[in-house]
Order: sequence, then structure tokens, then C-alpha cells
Amino acid sequence: MDKNSKLNFDYKYGFSMPEANVYKSKKGIDESVVKKISAIKKEPGWMTDFRLKAFKEFKRKPMPDWGADLSKINFDDIYYYIKPTEEQKSSWEDLPEEIKTTYDKIGVPEAEKKFLAGVSAQYESEVVYESVQKELTRQGVIFCDMDTGLRRYPEIVKKYFGTIISFYDNKFASLNSAVWSGGSFVYVPAGIKVGLPLQAYFRINAQNFGQFERTLIIAEEGSFVHYIEGCTAPIYTTSSLHAAVVEIVVAKNARVRYTTVQNWSKNVYNLVTKRARVFDRGVMEWVDCNLGSAVTMKYPSCYLVGEGARGEVLSIAYASRDQHQDAGAKMIHLAPNTSSRIISKSISGQGGRTSYRGLVQVNPTAKQSSVYVTCDALILDEDSRSDTYPTMRIKNQEVDVQHEATVEKLGEEKLFYLASRGIKKSDAEGLLVNGFIEPVTKEIPLEYSIELNRLINLEMAGSVG
Amino acid sequence: MLKLKNWTASVSGKTILNKIDFKFEKNQVYALMGPNGSGKSTLAYTIAGHPAYRVDKKSSIYLNGKNISADSPDKRAKAGIFLSFQSPLSLNGVTVFQLLRLAMSGKKDPLTVKQEIDGIAKKLRIKSELLSRSLNDGASGGEKKKLELLQAVVLDPKVLIFDEIDTGVDVDALKTIAKFLDQYKKNRTIILITHYNRILKYIKPNKVLVLSEGRIVKEGNYKLAEEVERNGYEMI
Repeated sequence: MDKNSKLNFDYKYGFSMPEANVYKSKKGIDESVVKKISAIKKEPGWMTDFRLKAFKEFKRKPMPDWGADLSKINFDDIYYYIKPTEEQKSSWEDLPEEIKTTYDKIGVPEAEKKFLAGVSAQYESEVVYESVQKELTRQGVIFCDMDTGLRRYPEIVKKYFGTIISFYDNKFASLNSAVWSGGSFVYVPAGIKVGLPLQAYFRINAQNFGQFERTLIIAEEGSFVHYIEGCTAPIYTTSSLHAAVVEIVVAKNARVRYTTVQNWSKNVYNLVTKRARVFDRGVMEWVDCNLGSAVTMKYPSCYLVGEGARGEVLSIAYASRDQHQDAGAKMIHLAPNTSSRIISKSISGQGGRTSYRGLVQVNPTAKQSSVYVTCDALILDEDSRSDTYPTMRIKNQEVDVQHEATVEKLGEEKLFYLASRGIKKSDAEGLLVNGFIEPVTKEIPLEYSIELNRLINLEMAGSVG
Repeated sequence: MLKLKNWTASVSGKTILNKIDFKFEKNQVYALMGPNGSGKSTLAYTIAGHPAYRVDKKSSIYLNGKNISADSPDKRAKAGIFLSFQSPLSLNGVTVFQLLRLAMSGKKDPLTVKQEIDGIAKKLRIKSELLSRSLNDGASGGEKKKLELLQAVVLDPKVLIFDEIDTGVDVDALKTIAKFLDQYKKNRTIILITHYNRILKYIKPNKVLVLSEGRIVKEGNYKLAEEVERNGYEMI
């Protein structure tokens, strides 16, 4: 595919949404659109107010100019709400060839392919889904989409919604707060350890991959949950903006792991705000892998508010041609004995660009805290670029800080070493890249890491995108 | 088995190897000696096809009668040439199994590769923890050289070139390596590049070659190596 056709992505390959749509907002956004979204969903008044206030803030806030280039986003050219129909009639044949080929290459089953591609909203996994739900219900765990969560559990949602990430936080959090739809609501009662990872894509019939998802996870005292979103197969979408918000509460002694494997199609601006508030001896782990999109700006963060709280961000960013992955992490130490660890691995090739942007702040009260940051960049060729923007604000003396940053090129000597073992160049590069990200991939579930490795090999061979 | 014709190579315009003509035979162990800078490593690298060296257009290399001069390093390796590095690099996040599984894909199934690795590691007394670690990461000199030999055995090459396999290796490791090689040499060509005849005590070369200023200046049997050890290269 050449560059020009990419510009016409929507036109050339776009799904024509069937006329039978229950509701589709007009293009662009104003107060009436926000009100209408809330009205259609029959939301309580407080949520409508919340949306409207957030919308005001969205209008007031300038476009962030400190990171990736966002100048091409046209807010007037976006549909902010489309109520899903029972069945989507767009056809598999209409999909871009490259997306279909990639599905085949990574071996996604037929039914799943259509689901992922948005062709079918019904992923036939009901049996599995139901048995998982049954077990969760027995334990008192709530796992549903956010709209359902608001309808059924208004008191829990109201207590936490927007408290971890305020709509004042940044322009895209404001936008999400105004027009959010879909996303997940997870509530884990005290002491419950959820054995099976909760996978966003089990939620059939929900707007899993919506543009403005809103996810809220509450892990009560001593509980554990692992939430996985996304998948390695490219998510094809005609909408060019994905602005999600993920809020997580990790209560005392609880542990939450949130794994993301993002592979949006390469027309998408992926601007996501993710934050966790971690109480005493709680543990929050973000595992974040970004392969797709045109631009990603994402800095999962942990606010370590309780004594002994721990935060971790393990991330991988891969930027290929016409991509900019501006990713990183934020760790805010607000209590004594807190610890944080950031491991960031970025790879840029075929003219792609990666940036690591990180903030670690240790407040005066956070005595005896420890900070570990390592960000490694791998640059595959001369046309590609990598930058590092680490910020450390350490405001007391009793902190153990370790910071390491490396930039390396895929060395000729290593490639020759592998060649001398009979491994051809593209395979050798794939092996080295997968070795480079291994400290992170070993943390994600096996089936994901295998697919991730394969996908990176495909990207490197230039056969995708 | 391996034939070099008019083998001339340079790096950054400086000629290192000068019109070498030589035929390495099957079932033979060669010791390639020579002072520093005589071109020993360059000879090894150019046979393996290292892209940093420019090999003269009139030079050619044959493996079992087949001209492989135009082949890339990976093709030469696939054809049966193995190079054991003087200082093997460590590969982050890549285990020896991952490397060999990829190298042998289509030839041996991963399970066979795994079993072979375990078997050879035992014979070479390679600690099993080294196998699950990144290749060569935190390995001692001797362990690295053993891991090179292990790779060679799984890859099953016809011509094996060991660039200073005896450097940075303690006596016990050296004995293990040499004894293993001695049993392994049948039906293959082994070229040992070395400064000393330390290893040659445990594996007797059929032929000793002395390289100087990019040429093979002397050939002989193992006694030549002893002579070199006694008198240095100057007498040659």
C-alpha cells in the first residue's frame, strides 16, 4: 500500500455502516451531541452533568503540543457516538487485503477474525464466556461493560468514576469523559483472587474496541485480578481517534495487573490516559505493548498513596513506517516505603519513531522509597529515530534511585554471528528484536507473547502494513 | 574439501591476505599459527563471508567442489562452514536453544534440537543454567567456547574453524574441548587458529600452517608447532 492510499483509508476501505443503525450522532461535537449520548443511554443526572462539565473543559483546553504531532486530528470529522446495531452487515471481503493476510499469518481462527475486524460483533465464544461469568458471579466479582456497570451498580460507579483521572487532567481525558461509551467495569470484592485473566474480548456484544472506552477497575482489600485488553491481531477501525480512559483502584494489599497488547490499524491516533491509585502495600502492574496506530501517546501511571505501595510499568513500543510511539510511564510516590519500577523497551524501524517519556516524582513524605527506571531503545536502521525524555523529581534524600538508559543499533557483528549459524538476515533481526523485548514479553501470557513475537517478525520482514 | 584460490582480502583499503592458494582436506585437523596481525582471524572471517572485508574479485572459494564465492554468510553456513568466534558476543534475551531452533528450522524439529543440546552440554560439562540464560551472558571464557562448540555439533558442519578456542580457557575446559573435538573430527575438516600449541597437546594436528603477512609461509606436521613454540616466528 502506498502512502496516498493510506490517506484515503477511510474512503477506500471503510465499512459502510448499515442504515439500520439505531442511532448515530451527527459528525462533530457540541453540547447537544453530549446530551443526546447521555439521553440515549438513559443515564442518571449526575453522569449527564459530568459529561457536560467535561465537554466544557475539552473545549477550553488547548491541544497538547509537548509530544507527538496531533495537528492532523480533526474533531469536526468524527462521529462521537454510534449505537451498535444487532448485526453489522459490512462484509469480510471489504477488508483491506493486508489486514486479512495478517490474520492468516498469525493464525487467528475464522470466527475470531471477523469479530476482530468488526465484521461481526458476535464472537462465538458464548460457552466459554458463560462459564467464566458463572464462576465470577459466584465469587461476587463484577465484570461487565461500563454502560451496564453504570446501570446496575450506580452507587459503586458514582463513588469512583472520574476520581482517579479527573476530566481536568488532559484534553483527551476531557473528551473521553464527555462522550465515553463502552469499556469495562470490574469490581473484585475483598480477599477474592480471580484465577483466570479477565479478557476484554470475552465480552461479546459489547463495544470492546470503541473509540472512547472507559474502564474502571476496583480491587478491594487483599484481592487480585489480571485484566487483559486488546490482542495481537490488528484491530481494524474506520474511526481515526481512540481516546480511552482507564481508572484503577488498588486497595490495601490488593494486586492488579493490567496487560495491553495494542495493534490498531495504522490510521489511528491512540491517545489513552491510564492511571492507578495504589493504597498500602498494594501492587499495580501495567504491562503495555504498543505495535499499531499512527500515533500513540500513553503513559500508564501509578499514584502510590499508601505506605509500602508498589507500582510497575513494563512496556514495549514498536514503531514502523509512518508511526510515532510516544510512550512511557509515570510514578508518583506519595507515601513512605513505596517502590516503583519502569522497564521500557522501544524499537524503531523503517523510518518509525519512538519516544520514551517518563516522570518519576518522589514527594518529601515518601521516605525510604525506591525507584528503578530502565529504558532501552533499539534502532533498526538509519531512517528511524528514538528519543528519551526522562524526568525525575526526587524531593527527599532517603530514596534509592536507579536509572539506566541505553540506545543500541542492531549491530552488524551480532547479525554476522547469527548469519554464521546459517540464519538469514530477516530471521536474525527478528530473533534479536524478540530477545531485546524478552524482559517484558516473559511477563505476558504465553499465547500473547508467541503471537507478539510472530507479529514483530512479520513487521520486520516488511510483509505487514 | 575447502579450497581457497588466489584468496586476497582487504579491510579499509589495507591488504590483509595476499593470494593464498590452499586446499583443506577432509578427515584432517589443521593448526593455523602465526604472529599477531598475520591475518589468521581475517582468514577465518573471510571464509565465513564477513561483510566488513573486501575479498578480491579474482579470489574464489570452493566447498566440496562447489563455488560458494558469491554466497552470503548464512548460505555458506548452511552449506557446511562453521566459525567459532574468538570472542563470542552475548545475545540479550536469546538462548542457545532459540538460536539453534531457528538455525535448524526445517532440518530438525525443536524437540530433537533440545535433546541434542542437553546431551552435548552434558558431555562438554556446560552448566544447565547457562542454557536457559541469554547466550554467552555472564559466561566465563571457557564456557563461551564450549557453547560455540555445542552450536557447531548441533549444526553438523563439514568444515569447522575455531578462532583461538584456547584463549581465555582454563586447563580443564581446554582438555574437555580438545578431547571432544578429537572424537568429533571424523569425516570433517577442522581448522584450529591458535597462538600456542597448548591445545595441540590434546588434539594432534595433521598439518601445521604458519601464516605471515597474509601468506602461508610454512607448512609442516605437528613438530612445526613445537618448533614455533621454542623459537618463535622469527626464524621462519
